[in-house]
Amino acid sequence: MTKPQPLVLGIESSCDETGIGIVRGQTLLTNTVSSSMEEHARFGGVIPEIASRAHLEALIPAIRQALDEAQVELEDLDAIAVTAGPGLAGALMVGVSAAKALAAATGKPLYGINHLVAHVGVGLLEDCGIEGHQADFLEGLPASGIGALLVSGGHTEILAVRDITRDVELLGATLDDAAGEAYDKVARLLGLPYPGGPAIDRAAQTGDPKKFAFPRGLTSRKFMGTAEEPGPHRYDFSFSGLKTAVARVVEGFEARGEEVPVADIAASFQESVVDVITKKAMLACAERGISTLLLGGGVAANSRLRQLTAQRCAEAGVKLVIPQFSLCTDNGAMVAALGARLVAEGREPSGLAFRADSSLPVEKILV
Amino acid sequence: MLLLALDSSATASVTLGRQEADGQLTILAQRTSADTRSHAEVMTPYVQEVLEEAGVSAKELDALICGTGPGPFTGLRAGIMTARTLALAWKKPLYGLMSLTALAQQVAPVARSAGQEEFLVASDARRREIYWASYRLTDRGYQLLQGPTVGPASQAPQLAAYGMGASLYPGDLQAQAGYDQLQPAADQLLAAALKAGLENLSTDTSPLYLRESDAKVPETRKKVGP
Repeated sequence: MTKPQPLVLGIESSCDETGIGIVRGQTLLTNTVSSSMEEHARFGGVIPEIASRAHLEALIPAIRQALDEAQVELEDLDAIAVTAGPGLAGALMVGVSAAKALAAATGKPLYGINHLVAHVGVGLLEDCGIEGHQADFLEGLPASGIGALLVSGGHTEILAVRDITRDVELLGATLDDAAGEAYDKVARLLGLPYPGGPAIDRAAQTGDPKKFAFPRGLTSRKFMGTAEEPGPHRYDFSFSGLKTAVARVVEGFEARGEEVPVADIAASFQESVVDVITKKAMLACAERGISTLLLGGGVAANSRLRQLTAQRCAEAGVKLVIPQFSLCTDNGAMVAALGARLVAEGREPSGLAFRADSSLPVEKILV
Repeated sequence: MLLLALDSSATASVTLGRQEADGQLTILAQRTSADTRSHAEVMTPYVQEVLEEAGVSAKELDALICGTGPGPFTGLRAGIMTARTLALAWKKPLYGLMSLTALAQQVAPVARSAGQEEFLVASDARRREIYWASYRLTDRGYQLLQGPTVGPASQAPQLAAYGMGASLYPGDLQAQAGYDQLQPAADQLLAAALKAGLENLSTDTSPLYLRESDAKVPETRKKVGP
């Protein structure tokens, strides 16, 4: 089936957000997101079982609301798309179960798609909030020219996107904590609320980012190598050592009976995270011929990350695109957008027997 | 009356049945998984298969019935999510029924012929525990006495016990021979639903988790003293 403007409903449930999006081709009709974030707050991080329980309760109302807002009937849909991975296994299975049932009940084809590639897929939407953005920007550029930097509570990745439906390469990823996770853990150390991202960003405004020299993970020559002979983790990240370094500093102040300088530590921590992320992203851009970089994930809301990415992209002559925030965080619209592209290209649907894959590799765009 | 029943509290099973004019249940088609870890893969294909095998279109269905557990969380959710979504898309009524009722429905006649006035049914709750419920025989059927509950087998009432959950702990329970593979299944759930009467069933399909999530609120970090 090829159809230029397919009507697709997308379901996202890979972490703590239940998202339903409906698109017609490259036009976003609705983007409904229900988050269980508040239920995780007292635990200081996303609890998979709590997220899964919330998905089960949120999905049917979210589907109803999305259909209502888009003024679409289920019969009108051309296809259903769902996040098949990567993500929390139990959470993924709720969305996948709903998507399969919806596809079977309506007789529509089902596309199980990659969550990370879907984050880039928002760029396929006309109204994704990118300044001066055209929905055809993914076509308008040289095939090798697009990269994505995804930074969230679950992900820290650099992707090379040569063809969004056929050829995506993972250039780098975190070996331990995601950047957003590191923010949550450090916020706890500093007595700041969950989620840690906004709390640290706020505290850092009045702090000195140079006060403490926190480590930049995986930046030594042993890991980086050179452009000609890249080391084993040239574009990879690690934030667990940074978190420990912050803990030691906090403990030092406490042991001496001194007040912990929260603002300075927050600013120095944030600088370390943002510096290493943007430096490695720019390195990947330079060495892999990336001329347009899309920034996505919940941490894209971080003021310092936006600022430093913009500054370094400008210096390197890389065009930076940042979708509107509701499309940066996990959402169903991005799933629907990528699904619509797959339908438009006439790709084979996934069928109804596939398995959600919590560690789905980024190269597997469609299961 | 055409009815579709789904249960994913242990294995995954789907049954399509018809209630005849005399009230009797005719099973038209059914599917059951051998394992307990593929619910999100098999539930929907099973639904398609039973409808196709019986030559029934979804439009002809009168209602859906879904087992609400107790059962291991992930599998249980897959069945309930499937049932809720089908009901939404087909615009059909959906009723929830406690999954252990399926076991009671099946073994009540056995208990009666064995002269057991009360009996226990159990399924595997993993982590060395069982999900159980106890029942008392009535003139025309059975009545829930206690449960559903989760806990160690040693803390369950000492009654004739049926189901795979009972056979896992023969030292703690009076596990009845011949029922060591018995799991809650959609066909018996459907029979139990008809016995109770659809008009008496609840449209609540909230899962009976019986356990909280394992998450612990982190203790306040201990400050390092000077």
